[in-house]
Amino acid sequence: MAYNCVVLVKQVPDTKRITGKAMNDDGTVNRSALPAIFNPEDLNALEMALDIKDKFGGTVTVITMGLPAAAAILRDALYRGADDAILITDARCAASDTLATSYILSCAVKQLKYDVVLCGRQAIDGDTAQVGPQLAEKLGLPQITYVEKLIELKDRTITAQRNIGNGWQKIKAALPVLLTVTADANEPRVAAAKKMMKFKSALASCEIEQQLKTQNLAANPDELKSLASRKSAELEQKGILIKQWNLDFLKADLTWCGRTGSPTKVHRIQSVVLAAKESKSVEPTDTGLTDMLHELIEDKIIA
Amino acid sequence: MIPVNRKGEVWVFAEQHSGRLEDAPLELMSRARRLADILNVQMAAVLPGDNVKTLASKLIHCGADKVYLAEHPLLERYQANSYAKVISRLIHKHKPQIVLYGATATGRDLAPRIASATKAGLTADCTDLQIGDHETTDGDFHKNLLFQIRPAFGGNIIATIINYDRWPQMATVREGVMPMPTPDTKRKGQVITEKVQLSNQDLPLEILEEHTRPKKVDLKAARLIVAGGAGVGSKENFRLVWDLANCLGAAPAATRAAVDLGFIDHDHQVGQTGTTVRPSLYIAVGISGAIQHQAGMNQSQKIVAINNDPQASIFDVAHYKIVGDLNVVVPKMIKAIKEKGFKELTAAAGK
Repeated sequence: MAYNCVVLVKQVPDTKRITGKAMNDDGTVNRSALPAIFNPEDLNALEMALDIKDKFGGTVTVITMGLPAAAAILRDALYRGADDAILITDARCAASDTLATSYILSCAVKQLKYDVVLCGRQAIDGDTAQVGPQLAEKLGLPQITYVEKLIELKDRTITAQRNIGNGWQKIKAALPVLLTVTADANEPRVAAAKKMMKFKSALASCEIEQQLKTQNLAANPDELKSLASRKSAELEQKGILIKQWNLDFLKADLTWCGRTGSPTKVHRIQSVVLAAKESKSVEPTDTGLTDMLHELIEDKIIA
Repeated sequence: MIPVNRKGEVWVFAEQHSGRLEDAPLELMSRARRLADILNVQMAAVLPGDNVKTLASKLIHCGADKVYLAEHPLLERYQANSYAKVISRLIHKHKPQIVLYGATATGRDLAPRIASATKAGLTADCTDLQIGDHETTDGDFHKNLLFQIRPAFGGNIIATIINYDRWPQMATVREGVMPMPTPDTKRKGQVITEKVQLSNQDLPLEILEEHTRPKKVDLKAARLIVAGGAGVGSKENFRLVWDLANCLGAAPAATRAAVDLGFIDHDHQVGQTGTTVRPSLYIAVGISGAIQHQAGMNQSQKIVAINNDPQASIFDVAHYKIVGDLNVVVPKMIKAIKEKGFKELTAAAGK
């Protein structure tokens, strides 16, 4: 039997490569100075979905919420084997915390047919691991978090192994279900050359408009609109249009979106400056080291 | 969500498995006590489970004024759905102003489910909690909010998060960042038995098998720690870290880089993705001092760093800086410790 998988993915700044330039003087993060990447554990979630499709058939639909630039990771997902890609982009999504994000994503997932919803365990920019369980609650689905192995899919049940910190659990649940997937679950496949050829010109309509604007081909906004819709239709014909949804399309209740929909707010951001209060240099000699050790004993640090 | 309730209590989710309380909620008790005292409200533990009544006294000894006991046979084993249902209902009933959870695998599975069900805010993996005031850009003033303090962006920034309108204010808190309270067996408190209604439909998961193993090392409880980084060079050379640890009676630890290189097991990892430690002495051997590592050890009382690179950022947090080759320095330290009279000195200092 075939299964329909929906994978939620996020474009994130590569926090492992943060340099001085990435921080503004006021201690906030200059996101534009950081390379944007496919959130690593979302690739593991995508791989699990593609693996299900390879074994049982069905479809893999990838959804992201973000700025138009986030379409880049949707193309990446298409190169790796996803069937369909959806970009949720809307200025009213800005400043959404995890609760508002999970609400908006739930509105999108409800538009689709699904048996398994997959998320990465957590995103490297926030490390919260909250959107997965919150989305599960909003969809009324059971959740299996920290999945490190998919053991079996049979008829309408799934068996998976989840990491519980000091060990693991083998869990069985009826479909539909939501999984959050860890980096240990698999090795994400790379892009397939054939699919890259097919999808390299895949675009979302906001990207088409952006391109037309920079190319300066349209004389006025109306002309731009008609040019853009013609181009969109062309891509759709070829099966390479990235679907673009906004909050109106999702019929989302704006009270639960963006800043108003987010209970958590930032009070303050500080850049990390860690420093010892007093410090001294110790000579790497027998005397230097012995003196230091004796001082530690006298201070009752070693006792 | 519940409205802002200034008289609301401060709650801690009392996580237990098989009738044994986890360390994480106990660590949270002393801070929760302090927050409740500042706010002048009561502090309560929420204890769901089956046959767990005997744990209530320990929670009271650790600082709770009240324990909300939610017992039911279907709560014997933790599941997100059933536990979230029970706790969400209690939140709506009693309207606490703050609810805290340990950032354990269970806490991180459960708390977001409750946050979604109650439409309240939640901050993950806090390393500090304070009470403070906030003024919005519109000039609205909010007094005595929970400051939920956490590292973000891979540990490069510290963010203080607040929630001033859709309460309760909820947070999960990293294990090991708050000291374990000393139980006061004379403390008295109230145990309130809550009625629980659950059916099998609230247990959508079937737990077929579970394997847990004790950690190979208890870094959180260690008074002395000797940690090695990638600079140690090889698994064979990591013997130096073990030897220095052994002769000091310290726990051996490592950075993520050293663990990833296979020098030592993950149980020994200190840092953002490992254990947070606060020993009296932390000796860093061949550790460059990535921010993610510092986040897990900078609360150590004294830090000794040994590195051949004088620019290594570990020296920014070290109290004793030793610039030199660890292959020379560590054997010298071992020799000094093994020297006659050293043991007697430490024994005398301990008295």
